[in-house]
Amino acid sequence: MSITVRVPTILRTYTDGAAEVSVEVADGASLADVLKALEANHAGISARVLDDNGALRRFVNIYVGDEDVRFTDGLNTPVSAGATVSVIPAVAGG
Amino acid sequence: MSTPTIAANDAGIESAGPARCLTCRECGAEYPLEARYACEQCFGPLEISYDFVGVTRQSIQAGPSNMWRYAGLLPVGPDVNGGKNLQPGFTHLIKADNLAKALGMRALWVKDDSGNPTHSFKDRVVAVALENGRRLGFTTVACASTGNLANAVAAAAARAGLKSCVVIPHDLEDGKTVTTAVYGGTLIEIEGSYDDVNRVCSEVASDDEWGFVNVNLRPYYAEGSKTLGYEVAEQLGWRLPAQVVVPIASGSLMTKIDKAFTEFIKLGLVQASPYKIFGAQATGCSPVATAWKAGVDVIKPQKPNTIAKSLAIGNPADGPYAIDVANRTGGAIEDVTDDEVVEGIRLLAQTEGIFGETAGGVTVACLRKLLAQGLIDPNADTVVLNTGDGLKTLDAVSGVVGPTATIPASLEQFRAAVKEAGLS
Repeated sequence: MSITVRVPTILRTYTDGAAEVSVEVADGASLADVLKALEANHAGISARVLDDNGALRRFVNIYVGDEDVRFTDGLNTPVSAGATVSVIPAVAGG
Repeated sequence: MSTPTIAANDAGIESAGPARCLTCRECGAEYPLEARYACEQCFGPLEISYDFVGVTRQSIQAGPSNMWRYAGLLPVGPDVNGGKNLQPGFTHLIKADNLAKALGMRALWVKDDSGNPTHSFKDRVVAVALENGRRLGFTTVACASTGNLANAVAAAAARAGLKSCVVIPHDLEDGKTVTTAVYGGTLIEIEGSYDDVNRVCSEVASDDEWGFVNVNLRPYYAEGSKTLGYEVAEQLGWRLPAQVVVPIASGSLMTKIDKAFTEFIKLGLVQASPYKIFGAQATGCSPVATAWKAGVDVIKPQKPNTIAKSLAIGNPADGPYAIDVANRTGGAIEDVTDDEVVEGIRLLAQTEGIFGETAGGVTVACLRKLLAQGLIDPNADTVVLNTGDGLKTLDAVSGVVGPTATIPASLEQFRAAVKEAGLS
């Protein structure tokens, strides 16, 4: 199934400037699978989003649809066909 | 005013004053002074680094009676006071003897930032953000707001002749929506929480067409909060208070009070003396207090539910840094219920004649709670911040205060009513 990933400005060097890219993952895939597929297409991008232990970096927010994955199941959050995953720097607002 | 001579910045258009570059707080990577807020390497927040030149007590005192007296310590050019901005700041620092007595304290001051042009401390941060937005060529400025910032951006944009787009949650008080809409500009309500608003704005800001004061202009914006700390120190007679109580929404203000005190010490403008910074949240949105009490610096986001809407950020960007400030200075972070917030508003109003908004109620109520816990020393000089105006959050107290009596136009009735009230 196809998942759309919205890429923030500071990661667009990995996507040739594209603000949105699509990745293909198997049915029943999780956010972690989406990030693996993203890395396969855009080498180096996952190290910007995940720390050395494979956890989501402290200053990165990821949304599956409209939900912050810290409120759901983190990297294990399931994604469904046609879902949009948004990667957003966390240091905004206030 | 004596101001340092600074070369044009990397943009080559206008001076950003003593600002040298943007530096990542996490990994130290440096970037030019552009519209950028997160580190490309680690997503860490970017902060302004400076080369301060020739700032003295005399140069500051020779400046205007507003926040631009500290222009030599901000990312703004030396001519900023003559520009089209709201000239905020230099609000009253009030010796709060009545409140101190009520709380059993020896010496207490209220820094009353409701005295700013749009009645909150947000005028300070917006002023610095818009100076840099203009310098960087933006013709539209925008923000994600819990209300006070909305007022400040809409008003400052009107003064500066810029277009504005203010984005807020749909359930704010009239005292924040009407007072934004009146300035013209675009006002968008999002059917969701502030954190939803923030997400939408972060995605829009990625396109770089607008200057979002608290997204892509955030490093500049946040520096404006330093002026609250500078003013407290100057107005105390060029010395630091022993204790400060600061409301926490994103946590940025708390970190900038600390930065202001640190800079004043480094520049020799005040004597180095220990100070403790305390953070205040409403229990209905207390992710930073919760983390601090648990002894961790990883913030677990919350879904806010409190009358203190100006502090209702469930996923606070600077939460870890606010915790660091509390721990490093020997402070603490506390939270209070909505009932305690209302009591705090009433106590401040009844003892000092200051009608604070809900955030002011949060800080006063947290001060009282921290005193009861023995974490704040009643004998040490203490400053509590009131960051906004109670007229914007009338609903918080309209159910508990009101007319003492409503009577016919009769002398007898009047005398009976005041007697009943205990006045005669």
